[in-house]
Amino acid sequence: MDVITAHALTKKYGDFFAVNGIDFAITQGECFGFLGPNGAGKTTTMKMISCFLPPSSGDLHVFDMSVCEKPSEIKARLGVMPQEDNLDPDLNIIENLIVYAGYFGIGKREAKLRAVELLKFIELSERKRTPIKDLSGGMKRRLMLVRALMNNPEIIMLDEPTTGLDPASRHSVWDRMNELKFNSTTLLLTTHYIEEAERLCDRVAIMDRGRIVAIDTPRTLMITYGGNLEDVYLKLTGRRLEG
Amino acid sequence: MKASHISSVLRRHMTVYTKLYLSSIALNFAEPILYLAAFGIGLGAFVQQIDGMPYLNFIAPGIIASSATFGAVYECTYGTYVRMFFQKTFDAILATPVSLYELVAAELIWGALKSAFYGSIIMLVLALFGLLPSALILFAIPVLFLSGLLFASLSMIVAAVVPGIESFNYFYTLFMTPLFLFSGIFFPLTGLPPFVEKIALFSPLHHLVTACRALANGQTGGVFADVLWITAALVLVIPWPFRLMRKKLIK
Repeated sequence: MDVITAHALTKKYGDFFAVNGIDFAITQGECFGFLGPNGAGKTTTMKMISCFLPPSSGDLHVFDMSVCEKPSEIKARLGVMPQEDNLDPDLNIIENLIVYAGYFGIGKREAKLRAVELLKFIELSERKRTPIKDLSGGMKRRLMLVRALMNNPEIIMLDEPTTGLDPASRHSVWDRMNELKFNSTTLLLTTHYIEEAERLCDRVAIMDRGRIVAIDTPRTLMITYGGNLEDVYLKLTGRRLEG
Repeated sequence: MKASHISSVLRRHMTVYTKLYLSSIALNFAEPILYLAAFGIGLGAFVQQIDGMPYLNFIAPGIIASSATFGAVYECTYGTYVRMFFQKTFDAILATPVSLYELVAAELIWGALKSAFYGSIIMLVLALFGLLPSALILFAIPVLFLSGLLFASLSMIVAAVVPGIESFNYFYTLFMTPLFLFSGIFFPLTGLPPFVEKIALFSPLHHLVTACRALANGQTGGVFADVLWITAALVLVIPWPFRLMRKKLIK
């Protein structure tokens, strides 16, 4: 069953096409990655799916609902972990989770139980009352990850989940994502790290300048084009992804 | 718009407020006392009576009106701007079922609640000093909420159009300060040249001050007209923070 479908999806700013007529379908339970350099249109695509940006044209349905018609209903079932830190600096760790759950209509008592459980999952149980400013970059990312889980989402959207993290913190975020995959939650992520895409994604869409140039399992892509995903990217776009 | 979505944002503001700012509430008590000391006792020594009342009694309702107003204005200029751009709180909220319009509505209501709350605190202090002869002044609290919505809307319009946080200085210097000085808080507008007096009649703060002053003195005659004026202004202004915030945030 497809949980997200896009046809000729386009986002335009003046004459510039941030996303230029892309098509894709995401199946329930898979981990799907948008791979590409900065400016490829990955984040814009994510923001359209999470009903933050209205598409300029084309068609985008999440859970069979149009993002233009039912944004609130769609957002209620999504868990969004954005690229930028937007934790609430006026609140401590557990307050962040409880207040955020409140936006989904989850009561304080229930939110507290869930927050405690999720903080165990990211090993921050001992620091419930720590202010956000005292957290490391890796802790903030992990906290943003579980904040996106507070509403028991059916799709989790992770925009560059490990960008800017040191290797240890990156692995710690990956471990959590792997656990989520075991629970067969649909995961949608953007990345410009080859390793991240190879390790986690069941399928990847390779994006370049607003278009999807290839979409398949990492394995099939590597067999079709030869080499590793980095080589695939180079062959398809004539450019290197990292460096 | 869903009330439950709006109230979830209000609860967030309430949580932050009770945690970080409630401890500073003593400052809100101090402010009117400073005004009373400076204008009432200092200046009041030279000005015996205005409109047939002691000078302290004349300015007391104006202090309620202006402090309440500034409460809403600070909240929906600096407060809103910081949440929107520096803390990215808006982005976080908009990833949840809460819509942009519900978020803007919550910001405006929060500003108005602060107006009513600050006004009530000052009312309490001034009443303890015996400067509010009539209990009718309690009816000013909903009026402070209403005018708070108006000023919150004006402030959010500014927050939606300024290029940076320092630009609020223009709003404060060119709009709020003249309003504060020429809205009949410290002297009656009848003392001004006729054309200035006419301009001042368009000050929303002036109508709030007049309403508060009448209620403080147990009169209800002109209050209805002032409330009507504030309501009409609110109806005209309130669509704009929604439109402009939408334009600013949804690209």
